[in-house]
Amino acid sequence: METKRVIVTVIGKDRVGIIAAVAKTLSENQVNILDISQTILQEFFTMMMIADISQSNLGIQELQDILTELGQEIGMQIQAQHEDIFRFMHRI
Amino acid sequence: MALNYTAEEIMQTIRMVQSENLDIRTITMGISLRDCAHEDMAVCCRKVYDKITRKAEKLVGTGEAISREYGIPIINKRIAVTPIAMVGESCIGGSFVDLAKALDKAAAATGVNFIGGFSALVHKGYTNGDRRLIEAIPEAMAVTERVCSSVNIGTTKAGINMDAVAQMGHIIKAAAELTKERDALGCAKLVVFCNVPEDNPFMAGAFHGIGEPETVINVGVSGPGVVLAAIRNHPEWDFSTLASIIKRTAFKITRMGELVGREAGKRLGVPFGIVDLSLAPTPDIGDSVADILEAMGLERVGGHGTTAALAMLNDAVKKGGAMASSHVGGLSGAFIPVSEDAGMIRAVTEGALSLDKLEAMTCVCSVGLDMFAVPGNTTAEVLSAIIADEAAIGMINKKTTAVRVIPVPGKTVGDQVEFGGLLGRAPIMALHTYDPGVFIGRGGRIPAPIHALTN
Repeated sequence: METKRVIVTVIGKDRVGIIAAVAKTLSENQVNILDISQTILQEFFTMMMIADISQSNLGIQELQDILTELGQEIGMQIQAQHEDIFRFMHRI
Repeated sequence: MALNYTAEEIMQTIRMVQSENLDIRTITMGISLRDCAHEDMAVCCRKVYDKITRKAEKLVGTGEAISREYGIPIINKRIAVTPIAMVGESCIGGSFVDLAKALDKAAAATGVNFIGGFSALVHKGYTNGDRRLIEAIPEAMAVTERVCSSVNIGTTKAGINMDAVAQMGHIIKAAAELTKERDALGCAKLVVFCNVPEDNPFMAGAFHGIGEPETVINVGVSGPGVVLAAIRNHPEWDFSTLASIIKRTAFKITRMGELVGREAGKRLGVPFGIVDLSLAPTPDIGDSVADILEAMGLERVGGHGTTAALAMLNDAVKKGGAMASSHVGGLSGAFIPVSEDAGMIRAVTEGALSLDKLEAMTCVCSVGLDMFAVPGNTTAEVLSAIIADEAAIGMINKKTTAVRVIPVPGKTVGDQVEFGGLLGRAPIMALHTYDPGVFIGRGGRIPAPIHALTN
């Protein structure tokens, strides 16, 4: 089955429940999380997810709207970007 | 399934966009208007308008969708058309200004901020269409908002058409006069070229060359801030290391252009032409080519050492970019427009950068003497002589050079003009006022150089 992958990045001050909140929103929209990684970069909590939206009813733009709204609620900056921007820049 | 990217890689991409001003400077759709010629000027104008609005209907929307999905800003969506001198050549009667108005209207309808191609190629001589177009340039630049004009007056193969050089001095003066209420803004939309590229996506010099397909998508990237961030604060690096870092950075920047160009072409059903590798500055702080040169270790751009620094930067950008894209074209080099680069403006204001040094810098990078303002009382002959000097550099060095000079009526050295937006602000630069009138007035052509004989 064809996958359509996006990279979700969540940046902000660390607190309880960030991953849970993002994961819940993604699962509610049938977005499958393929991998997840988190770290502290320059004092900021940084989480990166690679997610497949091929089973979701949402396109990237609708997903972006939902995640931006969630980001405002929990005080984090959340972005979803098409995987290709990272693939093109960092892989030959 | 592994997360194929490291945290550092992902964050680097995001940082480039959010704090280092990485963006796609322009997606430019080239559209052939060769099938729009007609004897009746009104019919020709209508065909031009209809074709542009039909072909570019989805350009802006598609650009915005790509920008959003990939999370990379695409600043400008633009259109380049067949040189209008050819399109309007068959019109009996009517003014070429009408064609400029049709282009302007089509640009507004499609939502692009500039449309290039009010152009003529006269490096070897004028056709009737060329003559009528050039005569219409001052008024066309005054009565339209989005139309950009260019005239190619020389090539390495053909030499320099000095009749056209002499005429362009007067045309620039006239364009300045007709737009004097707006600080001669008309001149900011007019470029005089030697060795003009036919697939350049950047304004004001973009047009759709005669060897191009029916429609095409060309992309220009902008990343001086990213290069600056990569090399800043490393005085310990030797030149090999510096060149290597610039190459790697240019590769990453150019890949964004390649990605966006391919995707835009696919979605619009238009072939993807080229990525232009130019480092294009904006007036934003930190998005300056001059700042890169200073970060390489110069106290001020314009001082001795500037030409060497720029030569190295320009070459490293090309080497990195060339591998990142399947097709490279356009101007492809570092831009050094004065008014559009905060570091260049500062250097001119402080007296560090003179017009003579700027001319020397144009020998080693694209594109030429760009977006600089001179006193309003500069004579047409001096403007022509500036064009002739710059064209000679291009002709002899087999490269593109151009002049986009703004003689601002009523202003003199020490004054400053504000164009706003991407065009920035320009301090009035001093120039030599010795009279080149006899030289410019000779007429005829400067013959092509000996190394034009390559066959």
